Amino acid sequence: MTDFRSYYGRPVVRPAVWRKDIAGYLFTGGLAAGSALLAAGADLTGRPGLRRVGRLTALGALGASTYFLVNDLGRPARFHHMLRVAKPTSPMSVGTWILAAFGPAAGLAAVSEIAPRLPGGPARTAATAAGRAAGLAAAAVAPALATYTGVLLADTATPSWHEAYPELPFVFAGSALAAGAGMALVAAPLAETGPARRVAVAGAALELYGSHRVENELGLLSEPYKQGRPGRLLRAGRALTAAGVVGALLGRRSKVMSVLSGAALLAASVATRFGIFEGGIASAADPRYTVVPQRERLDRITRTPSTPVTAAPERAPAQD
Amino acid sequence: MDNAASPAAASGYADPPRRMGFFTDTSVCIGCKACEVACKEWNGVPDDGFNLLGMSYDNTGGLSANSWRAVAFIEQPAPPKAPDGGAGDLRWLMMSNVCKHCTHAACLDVCPTGALFRTEFSTVVVQEDICNGCGYCIPACPYGVIDQREGDGRAWKCTMCYDRIGDGLTPACAKACPTQSIQYGPLDELRGRAEQRQAKLHEAGETSARLYGNDPGDGVGGDGAFFLLLDEPEVYGLPPDPVVTTRDLPKMWRTAGLAALTMAAAVVAAFVGRSR
Amino acid sequence: MAEAHPVGFQWVVDAKQRGAKVIHVDPRFTRTSALADRYVPIRAGSDIAFLGGIVNHILSRGLDFREYVLAYTNAATIITKDFRDTEDLDGLFSGWDPEAGVYDPASWQYEGHQEDSPSVAEVAAHKEVAGGLRHESHGAPVGRHTQRDETLQDPRCVYQILKRHYSRYTPEMVQEVCGVPPDVFAEVCRAWTENSGRERTTCLVYSVGWTQHSVGVQYIRTGAIIQLLLGNMGRPGGGILALRGHASIQGSTDIPTLFNLLPGYLPMPHHAQHPTLDKWVEGTIHQAQKGFWGSARAYCVSLLKAYWGEKATPDNDFCFGYLPRLTGDHGTYQQTLDMIDGKICGYFLLGQNPAVGSAHGRAQRLGMANLDWLVVRDLYEIESATFWKNGPEIETGEIVTEECRTEVFLLPAAAHVEKEGSFTQTQRMLQWREKALDPPGDCRSELWFFYHLGRLIRQKLADSTQPRDRPILDLAWEYPTHGPHDEPSAEAVLMEINGYTLPDRQPLSGFSELKDDGSTVCGCWIYSGVFKDGVNQAARRKPGTDQDWVASEWAWAWPMNRRILYNRASADPDGKPWSERKKYVWWDPERNEWTGFDVPDFEKTKPPSYRPPDGATGPAALAGDDPFVMQGDGKGWLYVPSGLIDGPLPTHYEPVESPIRNPLYKQQFNPTRRYYDRPDNPLNPVGSTVFPYVFTTSRLTEHHTAGGMSRTLAYLSELQPAMFIEVSPELAALRGLRPLDWAHVVTTRAVVEARVLVTDRLRPLRVENHAVHQVWLPYHWGYAGLVTGDAANDLLGIALDPNVLIQESKVGTCDVQPGRRPTGRALLAYLADYRRRAGLSEGNQRG
Repeated sequence: MTDFRSYYGRPVVRPAVWRKDIAGYLFTGGLAAGSALLAAGADLTGRPGLRRVGRLTALGALGASTYFLVNDLGRPARFHHMLRVAKPTSPMSVGTWILAAFGPAAGLAAVSEIAPRLPGGPARTAATAAGRAAGLAAAAVAPALATYTGVLLADTATPSWHEAYPELPFVFAGSALAAGAGMALVAAPLAETGPARRVAVAGAALELYGSHRVENELGLLSEPYKQGRPGRLLRAGRALTAAGVVGALLGRRSKVMSVLSGAALLAASVATRFGIFEGGIASAADPRYTVVPQRERLDRITRTPSTPVTAAPERAPAQD
Repeated sequence: MDNAASPAAASGYADPPRRMGFFTDTSVCIGCKACEVACKEWNGVPDDGFNLLGMSYDNTGGLSANSWRAVAFIEQPAPPKAPDGGAGDLRWLMMSNVCKHCTHAACLDVCPTGALFRTEFSTVVVQEDICNGCGYCIPACPYGVIDQREGDGRAWKCTMCYDRIGDGLTPACAKACPTQSIQYGPLDELRGRAEQRQAKLHEAGETSARLYGNDPGDGVGGDGAFFLLLDEPEVYGLPPDPVVTTRDLPKMWRTAGLAALTMAAAVVAAFVGRSR
Repeated sequence: MAEAHPVGFQWVVDAKQRGAKVIHVDPRFTRTSALADRYVPIRAGSDIAFLGGIVNHILSRGLDFREYVLAYTNAATIITKDFRDTEDLDGLFSGWDPEAGVYDPASWQYEGHQEDSPSVAEVAAHKEVAGGLRHESHGAPVGRHTQRDETLQDPRCVYQILKRHYSRYTPEMVQEVCGVPPDVFAEVCRAWTENSGRERTTCLVYSVGWTQHSVGVQYIRTGAIIQLLLGNMGRPGGGILALRGHASIQGSTDIPTLFNLLPGYLPMPHHAQHPTLDKWVEGTIHQAQKGFWGSARAYCVSLLKAYWGEKATPDNDFCFGYLPRLTGDHGTYQQTLDMIDGKICGYFLLGQNPAVGSAHGRAQRLGMANLDWLVVRDLYEIESATFWKNGPEIETGEIVTEECRTEVFLLPAAAHVEKEGSFTQTQRMLQWREKALDPPGDCRSELWFFYHLGRLIRQKLADSTQPRDRPILDLAWEYPTHGPHDEPSAEAVLMEINGYTLPDRQPLSGFSELKDDGSTVCGCWIYSGVFKDGVNQAARRKPGTDQDWVASEWAWAWPMNRRILYNRASADPDGKPWSERKKYVWWDPERNEWTGFDVPDFEKTKPPSYRPPDGATGPAALAGDDPFVMQGDGKGWLYVPSGLIDGPLPTHYEPVESPIRNPLYKQQFNPTRRYYDRPDNPLNPVGSTVFPYVFTTSRLTEHHTAGGMSRTLAYLSELQPAMFIEVSPELAALRGLRPLDWAHVVTTRAVVEARVLVTDRLRPLRVENHAVHQVWLPYHWGYAGLVTGDAANDLLGIALDPNVLIQESKVGTCDVQPGRRPTGRALLAYLADYRRRAGLSEGNQRG
């Protein structure tokens, strides 16, 4: 059923009032998570260069994330009100506590990178040990950090976000891995980037699979992800992901290729996040995406086609 | 304790009063907008701008942070004549829209600061000294009610005049409504009255009359503010079959958990057994 | 009603929920129509044809409530043989005097009462001063004994005259003239007649959509004829409810702010007709007539005592000589034109905004720009206070701020919650208002203003020896005051209006206690009783839920707290209710008195069987079955032998601006209409192709009158934020009008621009076999306030109903064009071009 009725073509649900900060946070949060995981793995397998890049990126991205989140608030000075409650029904509340756990851990891990500059002995050892512990703690929280945002978006009435709830955590997990790997390819010593390349492949696979489902398996609700700016962003993201992975695999020995493919993976992650974000907003702004699936659902339940009281569809306003 | 019967009790109130609500009977709405003005007067809500919208007589443009009651106007051809004759071939539907104060309120569920809370009357209210404008409630609401106020940053919506009903008074909109299109009272009583009204309209040949939001079995557990409509909900800008997003949250967390594990496993696999 | 009286409309909704059928007749589908069971679209200005069709339906099928009609109306009364109807004279009645511009009503009189007829000169003078207005509380003088044919067969009886008069108002004619389809018309006829009679009554409700026409009074008369024929007058659930345009406008005619009336509808004396008190009293009553108007002398003298107190004595005719005298037409529109002509020096405007609220806005503003001084008292800086620096004439250069000679004083007024006093609404109910808070700053009530203005003027004149100053100096002007601003006591004024005896100042219980010897004071005889027993009856607030359905203990209605007038008619000639279901007031034979749910509108102890002795006059002349106690013959008048300028029977005339010729008669317009034929008051020619569309104006719920009290408030302004025009989709296509774009409306007076709202609620009507397009404008806008726009009233010219001088503002012709209007000098050129194309020259209307 493509014919539907609405109130002068006005939205039924409200699009999120979040600004680009939140789409940006999706990226930086994922980057922080991916980087923390890579850093922990690097720490445990003796890859200090990779470790350092991971830890510093994690902290930097976390800092950016915090800025984005606080800046987007209607009352930024009241950001700490988030800590008043811990509500499992609120992904944002859950996320607040995830960040509260991740932040200090990532921070300590990053700070501990000055350990080599410390005078030898107990100070250095302590710093290194603290760093490892913190890094592992951050890595333990990182998967939650990367995937809870999928739930954050899905736990709304925004049709294309909600309908994509089985996919979004996987898309975001993949995107986080690819971003982390991308940063490693850009900044870490070539010799230590092996795991990053494998993580890039895994991340890309998750991201591409999830995105494909989102763009094709949601019926009418896939439409906002395929058209307009969201469509362009998601397609760019896919292309950049593909290019980045190919480049990552082929460029094992080339710094230039590695940097380029890393950059592509980072850009892909940005594009994908913005594409998902804007696709959802678009699905909320057009009443079609709220009304049609609900009306179809109702008609299936009553097993009769809806018989509207009047035959005429609504007149759209002239300035449409 | 049945959450639907008393969300207040389910929220932890020891001995809450009866659940209070609105029944808006659009069949007697005359579109006078007294509800809009009374609400703003009582609650000090700012004006929403002077914009001619061209949507019949609706220049309010729906519910928002600055419009907690908003009257919708729909001019349409009238349904085929009922046996005893109709008004002619034209119909003008009017409805005073308001926050539904859902039994299962998504805005309340997702609020990360605890600003939104369930009152002892089972209504849903925002505490404006706590809200930090995170904006999460806004896309969560299946009816598109709650909104962020420009220049202020916080989320605002109908309080069902919490500061009036606490003193046994009637909410401002219901008090001002001249035709009792807006009725306030104990929700179970209102539901009974609404069913009678619908039956009466059907008897009189107005078969398009239907109740909306009155069913505790619907996707939000029934609304604390429900309606009698004369056409499909979407004609009025209402969702045909709203479902509280929280209903799917357990599955969402499970999916996220799975994705998180997959993510961790992928990283582990990338590092295991390779020296390079 | 839902638009303009939303709170009152709840009772209609209530009734509908109890099974009442609601029919709404209007040029456009409004929020009232949305709740009605049946909406009837009608061409603006054609209501007499519509109603006449219903009269025809009733009479040709014999559906009238025969016993009621026979006993309680003048249906059986015989008219003189010289009477000729519009059917005979192609749209005129007999007696037309083209030079005088009025009829000689001698041939209209009841048989045997030709001498009752006023002369042509009297009628002409009557027309000048809108004498018809004073019949609001009583009928015109007519002797009591009339000749009747109880079989209603005599061709000269009113019933037969009525039948003939409306015989051509067939359903086909209704369709042709009004654009109402025959099946819809049939439904209305059926519903109305089937819901009238012993067991059921139908209520007719109208408002200014009926009054503001050059035949406005006759519109209402037609409604009254139907309600009398169907036996709905004086009965519960029946009657005619006249909704007003303002919350206390009933009060403004009861205690009048009109030039030709004194309180209680006593006529303002005329310089030639009323040189003495006796002549004045005589002019107020007719010697041989029945009814309570016979006691007019007492009402007049008591009023004079209220004005001049102890200075008013029998020796000086109770200061009758001090009353101002009418010299002609002092109506507001004549005054406006006089202002333009430089004949008026000063003007007080209190809560009135003629710059945008009266017809012919340009004339209003040009008039006000040609005064010595203007005092405006209002809550806001309204357009009438700023025309000298803002407004259309400033734009066009017709008024130049630096050169405008009027000195304008703007004084702040208290709002209605900031002062105490009474409102009188459409049911003649006086409701007292308490003061809720003090007015801010310098804002003051009208009472304060006039009291102190009078006090100061008297102070300044205190040493004067001029005779012309005596009326002011001899006024009884002592009222108790209180508070820091010396606010006069409104209750003291109400007490004076109620009346009291002298010298002991005992409050009167009703007008029957008034004396003509100077021993009683009464500011308004119909209000007497409002302070009965020294209790402010208008302040009573016993909830309706604690009373019976008549709720007489809520506030107070005049006269005597009677809620339904002429309620004797709710019982049959023997005094028994017409039905148990509709009983209201009835004769109790045990107690020998009238009793019931309301104050009987009849002498309490006069039995139904009473027949007056020969030669009786006044109340004693009323029989036990004469329910219409204020009419000269005690009957409801289907046919009006005298008192109305334009005829004894309502007749369809076209509005002064119409797209078509009168399909019924050669006579196009109301021949007696008031029209000011001057170059600054042009009218669009009939059937002009330059002005092919019909426009009508009315209200929106969201705004109030010309917007002074609503467009100054954000919460109301945002509900309807812009001046707009409603057009049908057909007209939009015809003229290229797009939704929300601009369009402008043109008449020979002005151009007004508005945003377009295309809606199916307006339809082209099939009139005389071609489509007549109607457009609608709200008249709430002006150039001051939070939201501004052009004023619809600028489009109107000045043409008035001859009986009451109300302007025809509900219908006119116009052109509609897309886009904004020109401004400045270009606007004047644009208008001039239209006038030229319409073929306008000097004196453009005849007929």
